[in-house]
Amino acid sequence: MIRHLLSGADLDADTATEILDTAAEMATVAGREIKKLPALRGRTVVNLFYEDSTRTRISFEAAAKRLSADVINFSAKGSSVAKGESLKDTALTLQAMGADAVVVRHPASGAPHRLANWVDGSVVNAGDGTHEHPTQALLDAYTMRARLGRLAGLSVAVVGDVLHSRVARSNVLLLSTLGAKVTLVGPPTLIPVDIAGALAPGTDVSYDLDAVLPDVDVVMMLRVQRERMKDSYFPSAREYSRRYGLDGPRMRRLPEHAIVMHPGPMNRGMEITPEVADSPRSTIVEQVTNGVSVRMAVLYLLLGGNNR
Amino acid sequence: MTAYLITSVSIVGAAPTDLLIRDGVVAEVGPGLSAPDAVVVDGTGLVALPGLVDLHTHLREPGREDAETVESGSRAAALGGYTAVCAMANTSPVADTAGVVEQVWRLGREAGLVDVQPVGAVTVGLAGERLAELGAMADSAARVRIFSDDGHCVADPLLMRRALEYVKAFDGVIAQHAEEPRLTEGAQMHEGEVSTRLGLIGWPAVAEEAIIARDVLLAEHVGSRLHVCHVSTAGSVEVLRQAKARGVRVTAEVTPHHLLLTDERAESYDPVFKVNPPLRTAADITALRSALADGVIDIIATDHAPHAVEDKECEWAYARPGMLGLETALSIALDVFGPEWDLIAERMSRTPARIAGLTGHGIDPAPGVPANLTVIDPAVRRTIEPAELASRSRNTPYARMTLPGRIVATFLRGEPTVLDGKAVK
Repeated sequence: MIRHLLSGADLDADTATEILDTAAEMATVAGREIKKLPALRGRTVVNLFYEDSTRTRISFEAAAKRLSADVINFSAKGSSVAKGESLKDTALTLQAMGADAVVVRHPASGAPHRLANWVDGSVVNAGDGTHEHPTQALLDAYTMRARLGRLAGLSVAVVGDVLHSRVARSNVLLLSTLGAKVTLVGPPTLIPVDIAGALAPGTDVSYDLDAVLPDVDVVMMLRVQRERMKDSYFPSAREYSRRYGLDGPRMRRLPEHAIVMHPGPMNRGMEITPEVADSPRSTIVEQVTNGVSVRMAVLYLLLGGNNR
Repeated sequence: MTAYLITSVSIVGAAPTDLLIRDGVVAEVGPGLSAPDAVVVDGTGLVALPGLVDLHTHLREPGREDAETVESGSRAAALGGYTAVCAMANTSPVADTAGVVEQVWRLGREAGLVDVQPVGAVTVGLAGERLAELGAMADSAARVRIFSDDGHCVADPLLMRRALEYVKAFDGVIAQHAEEPRLTEGAQMHEGEVSTRLGLIGWPAVAEEAIIARDVLLAEHVGSRLHVCHVSTAGSVEVLRQAKARGVRVTAEVTPHHLLLTDERAESYDPVFKVNPPLRTAADITALRSALADGVIDIIATDHAPHAVEDKECEWAYARPGMLGLETALSIALDVFGPEWDLIAERMSRTPARIAGLTGHGIDPAPGVPANLTVIDPAVRRTIEPAELASRSRNTPYARMTLPGRIVATFLRGEPTVLDGKAVK
């Protein structure tokens, strides 16, 4: 097993599949009366969050607790970090406290890579800047597999602000590894340069959502911040929604079996309408549930739970 | 004054001969010299070059003496084979008045290891809003001739035009940090495949090329001299090639790191590889090397940029850009071009001395010329250890790389600043 999970590129097909299979076993725990396994008893997991992210932090916290790990939540606000402590000093502090795993969310791309140089424990990237969010990609893959029965050969459209999206980068890497075909859709201003060369050779780009929809098995809508229009990435929220938002008529262009995903939090009315978000095709709530199982699997495997 | 006799040394790659330094000048050159009072330096296998001249050095004093001082930077320069360096203006306070440039100039004289020639800021506080007192700096004891807002681009085209025109009165030159500021807001590394993969905001090549294109047109229009700092892209080379073919009075520099390292170094997220302009692609390196060889790019300048540990041992986006260069520049040139001694002398000594107007520097050792020279052992290969560098900072991108060449001795007006590979003071 790998020591850290920093990028979707850290996972080969076998490792990723092992995580998904383990997550499926973990999911059975959630159905029990006592939702707890003793696997990580006596191990310490630190949630080190430099950005507000209630959803991801709670998901990791629930995952670690269900495995009986001791969980320490370290938020940048109200801690020594707010007083200007460097990432390295924070890392050395966590190291001195004997953290077995550090789950880190950080606004700077690459911060988890830096952290991994300074601690002996496992580092799990819970989202770094505009770089990656590998456990999100794992839970997305898990959800697709659960709904559609396979990953190899699936056609997945990832729609929206790809440029600033860590979810998109991790998904492109992981889905390509697992044999799915990814098409990135958005206005040209929000598609980063050389994306296929940068991430995965088979990745396609389209600027026309309507043309892509009839041929996909999965459409994944990314959150688009309204503030992006201040930087002239698009003229207005209204024009964005008209060209790239997923509404009822667009959803009906999808094949019968296709699903609609969103990593949350949603901007209802911007990239997705309530009609779509609340439709039976939507997997948005399942994604949250699956997130806990996938993160249990990641912590369990990284911390060598299978060897104990 | 002690005399020095360097025996059997190759002057700029020529057949070995003896070289006698006495009273601040090269007294004699020829085989079989004898000088009983002189200290003998065995030059067998060594090469003597005119002392190197760096047009682009950050010495950090005043303001960030924790990162570098005029003295520590001067020592690093001497150990790198330099006898003169041009100290950039982005200190704290900014070198935008006669007072600050005279202070830096005086500190250089007191250190006495290289000639420290201050560069003056173009605009007050490097803010890009109004001209600094360029004439007062030119008339000061520091005799400033190069003006630069390096670290910032003089982005306002009218201000750039005025600066280019104004310094004609005292044969000054504007050294431009070519970076279109709107195109590089928040930029962290070269915009391309690697920036996309790493999720770091891209610094597109066009942001450099657009400013160089504009500035060569402005310089042509007003008939002024322009110098372009740290050229980093193949596109910039083409803009310069065309401008020079038209007779525009433009000179340009390239750094050692832009000749050797690519943007793939950022994959470690180690900010020791963060620099402005950023490391580019292998295709850019190829274009820069051939431009330097054929003279479209005139010189190698280090952009030596010391930074304190806390400014580099952090997240990439929060780190300051810049890398050390003085103690490794000659080795990089040797690594890239091999023992092309005349090319190295031209690009690292003669031409930069001419651009900076430093008389007494950049002259090949010959009887009667000031003894500003350096002696190199090209056969040695050394492994770069950050802790062994004379700079007060440790941010070398070449840590643990093995590079050719070692400076054995450096002389400033006949006084050794380096002997046996060690700083004399």
